[in-house]
Amino acid sequence: MTFAPADTTVGRMRPMARSGHRSRQRVREAVIDVALRACAFAAIAGLVLIMLFVFRGALPVMFDAETMREASLTKFVETWMWQPVGDVPKYGLMPLIVGTLKVVIVAMLFAVPISVLAAIYASEFAPARVREALKPVIEILAGIPSVVLGFFALIVMASWVQSVTGSSSRLNALNAGLALGLGMIPVIFTVCEDALRAVPRSYREASLALGASRWQTAWNVTLPAASAGVAAGILLGLARAVGETMIVLMASGNAAIVSASAFDSVRTLSASIAAELAEVVVGSPHYSVLFFLGSMLFVTTFIINVAAGMFVERLRKRLRGT
Amino acid sequence: MTSSSLATGAARILRPLQKANRRDAAGTALSGVSAFAAGIIVLMVAIIMGNIIFFGWRTVTWEFLAAPPREGMTAGGIFPAIFGTTALVVLMVVALIPFGVGAAIYLHEYARPDSRFTRLVRFSVNNLAGVPSIVFGLFGLGFFIQFLGHQMDRAMGLDMVWGQPALVWAALTLAMLNLPVVIVTTEEALSAVPNDMREAALALGATRWQTIRHVLLPQAMPGILTGAILSVSRGAGEVAPIMFTGAAYFLPYLPTLPTDQFMELGYHVFVLATQSTDVDATRPLLYGTVLTLLMLTFALNLAAITLRSRLRAQLAGRS
Repeated sequence: MTFAPADTTVGRMRPMARSGHRSRQRVREAVIDVALRACAFAAIAGLVLIMLFVFRGALPVMFDAETMREASLTKFVETWMWQPVGDVPKYGLMPLIVGTLKVVIVAMLFAVPISVLAAIYASEFAPARVREALKPVIEILAGIPSVVLGFFALIVMASWVQSVTGSSSRLNALNAGLALGLGMIPVIFTVCEDALRAVPRSYREASLALGASRWQTAWNVTLPAASAGVAAGILLGLARAVGETMIVLMASGNAAIVSASAFDSVRTLSASIAAELAEVVVGSPHYSVLFFLGSMLFVTTFIINVAAGMFVERLRKRLRGT
Repeated sequence: MTSSSLATGAARILRPLQKANRRDAAGTALSGVSAFAAGIIVLMVAIIMGNIIFFGWRTVTWEFLAAPPREGMTAGGIFPAIFGTTALVVLMVVALIPFGVGAAIYLHEYARPDSRFTRLVRFSVNNLAGVPSIVFGLFGLGFFIQFLGHQMDRAMGLDMVWGQPALVWAALTLAMLNLPVVIVTTEEALSAVPNDMREAALALGATRWQTIRHVLLPQAMPGILTGAILSVSRGAGEVAPIMFTGAAYFLPYLPTLPTDQFMELGYHVFVLATQSTDVDATRPLLYGTVLTLLMLTFALNLAAITLRSRLRAQLAGRS
């Protein structure tokens, strides 16, 4: 529902400007026009600057001979160890990538079914009063800063998770993944619910009129119609999970171990940056490696976000076109 | 319209048939499971909030809020963190609002919606919103401190004044992080202003800018305020972007210059939770800090939500 700028034609019919006052005004209008355009340009500049300076920090890993003796693209995959501090630092990315994947998979397995089902409930089954009560609860969850979720996972949840699973390390991928899932729920829920609610009523009515029950309608008609929106929600949640830092930094134990077990402590890409950047010498190989990790996070989340944007666009077209 | 009311009618006639269907086991399962999922979310939020309030409320006293930490942060209060957070978000909003509102005005009032520039701006705003906060931290360090700060020091002949973590750099990093929030909410506010208003102003001979300045901006004020409050609430809780750009573990003094470092509530939570030397002594302080941070962000969010729902009602009434 965007308004076309209605002023283009009217603006041209301005009273004939002759006096100095009018021409000064015209100069002012032009200046303001440029200033506003510059503000809009700031958004582009921001994104470009982020790319430029994060990538620039990572460049020595690929082009600086001195740095490459310690850290290079081949060393990243050859060594399966992450030991940035020591006489012979080892910068193997595998433990961090495996760690990130483990935490993200746990978080997705936890958050996606719950959020999508809850969104279906809110838009299809819930009485209006329950739905209105559910909304502030989601807003509260969305408003909890990630450092607080990290705190909760570290101080409270870890002990519960450990007593249930009996795992040897208190802070592990499972604990961090569950906490991370908590952070994803509002993102996925909100986007999914919006998409489900955007499905025209006539779809549901047609299905009900054919004798389908409410759940058959929800499962076979509404959900498929909103599928692009649901996919976008899941992708946005995924992007958040991959880049989220404070939760995993506090709840995962931060040990760089390559294993398939969710009960082992893990170190993620984002947590490594957060934990190590403060003590690193600017311009050292370690510094470049951390910027390289940041570049990886940037590129990954960028791709996921662009994909999510395409799904949103598809949903909009589908619901408008029919 | 008629077809949909027809469908409602048909649905009413077919209701007995549906009842039979509803007994279907799978159907009951799905609606039950979906309600269960919603219930789990509510339960988890209740547990988290309950736990924090239960263990935190006794700590949060005036004394706690007004006193500095003592004895290696195992006693005392959190005043410096509250002060630092306030200073940080105030600086952030001052830097953020003109750019965010300006960009939104441009996008909504000036730009042709399909021009390449407009599409590029929108693409950037969307993707800026998705950049992980830790990457903003890296950027703040690499751009503001290592590049801009060092250049400023060199140009002014200073020795490491700007080229180190500081309040101003943390605030600017957060401002970039929150730019999309302000742009999106301001645009929403501008689209709630009816076109009649624009046309009336222009027909009276007002210029474009006069129309914006005297008609649109006053009308869009609640929306702009919403964006500002949301960005403050988000800024107060973000830790990753300020860890390397200015937040300090502990400071015996309050920041007075934009080049000073500062203590911050969210970072203080992180420090107390992970770096404590005496876990049992820190625990009440930790809960108290978390509760303070939550109360601050919720108060801000509540204000923003109230303003926004009023704005949405206005928007719905117009269309």
